[in-house]
Amino acid sequence: MMTNLEFTALVFLIAAVAGWLGALTGLGGGVVVTPALTLLLGVDIRYAIGASLISVIATSSGAAAAYVREGYSNIRIGMFLEIATTIGALLGAYLATRTPTAILSLIFGLVLLQAAWQSSRGRPSDSPSNKEDPLATRLKLNGTYPSDEGPCPYKVSNVKTGFSLMFGAGAISGLLGIGSGALKVIAMDQAMHIPFKVSTTTSNFMIGVTAAASAGIYLSRGYVEPALAMPVMLGVLTGSMLGARQLVGARVRVLRWTFAIVVGVMAIEMIATGVKGAL
Amino acid sequence: MAAWNDQRLERIIGTVLITGVILSAAVVLLGGLCYLIRHGSEAPAYHVFHGSPPADRSVRGIVEAASPSNCQAVIQFGLLLLILTPITRVALSLAAFAMERDKTYVVLTAIVLAILVYSLAGEH
Repeated sequence: MMTNLEFTALVFLIAAVAGWLGALTGLGGGVVVTPALTLLLGVDIRYAIGASLISVIATSSGAAAAYVREGYSNIRIGMFLEIATTIGALLGAYLATRTPTAILSLIFGLVLLQAAWQSSRGRPSDSPSNKEDPLATRLKLNGTYPSDEGPCPYKVSNVKTGFSLMFGAGAISGLLGIGSGALKVIAMDQAMHIPFKVSTTTSNFMIGVTAAASAGIYLSRGYVEPALAMPVMLGVLTGSMLGARQLVGARVRVLRWTFAIVVGVMAIEMIATGVKGAL
Repeated sequence: MAAWNDQRLERIIGTVLITGVILSAAVVLLGGLCYLIRHGSEAPAYHVFHGSPPADRSVRGIVEAASPSNCQAVIQFGLLLLILTPITRVALSLAAFAMERDKTYVVLTAIVLAILVYSLAGEH
């Protein structure tokens, strides 16, 4: 039988590896913390998603601090879309408190499958749009990002579609206690045709605010167990800081595939747990 | 008010975010060490969901309970600081948009802030 000290050390290590992998691959560590805690250590999924959500706020805020200074993130796009993600997050967090844990495992597994698939595909190519959305102009969403040839302007399209997708991303984030950065990037990059670097940095910027919107509900429902959230938050933060400083270069492909396989195995385990529990 | 441009806002936001994360991590670490010294040899019980102690579930409860004699509440206080970090970011953006006299974004940012305050301060 493990003691609290051993258990805390083990959780810290798992969280650090998750944060490190998440930073190296750019996919965020939060998504693997919950399956690792439930599958490896038998932690109840509600405690796991509570701790994971907290770690998501920490990594997002830490990384965003670096990103905003580089000038890629677009504060207006972020703020406008945060209306959708925070309302979605509130709804998701309410649903989480009413959803049987077996169903939560099942949904988590499906989201992990999507993450594994996306991880194996890598970075999508930019698809700049010439179509201008009048709403984007009215909301002053169009911007510029720094490039070697000076500020490079970009236009934002499909604002309404992007807004709706963001509501969904927020709901998933609140339901499962993850950042759902991958879904946010899809909405911005694929639907709104925002340049990839702007999408990823703005998404990261939004993750902390989205997570904070469900954190209040998680807290009052008792999902945030301090003694468990402590090593998860400190571990993910340490791992992601180490990962962010590391240059991986050519090994990024190998890492992405490793991450995809790990996440894929976890996805199948989570789905199996969910199906067994539901029967 | 030319000094209040988005770039300056972004720099201030960056500083607020990093300060919030470091401060909360320090408090969480302090509470965590205190917790492990007192309860490190006990057995963990996270297999069955009971929910965190009632005092650790609300802003007022956490602030009142956090003391050297309640290490878990100290951790929870650190986590509360972390949750407040992005909320502070939104509040700062609201002030900056107000100074820029950007009415659209004052309204949009106020909505986001209201949702965040409702989540943290409301009874759920």
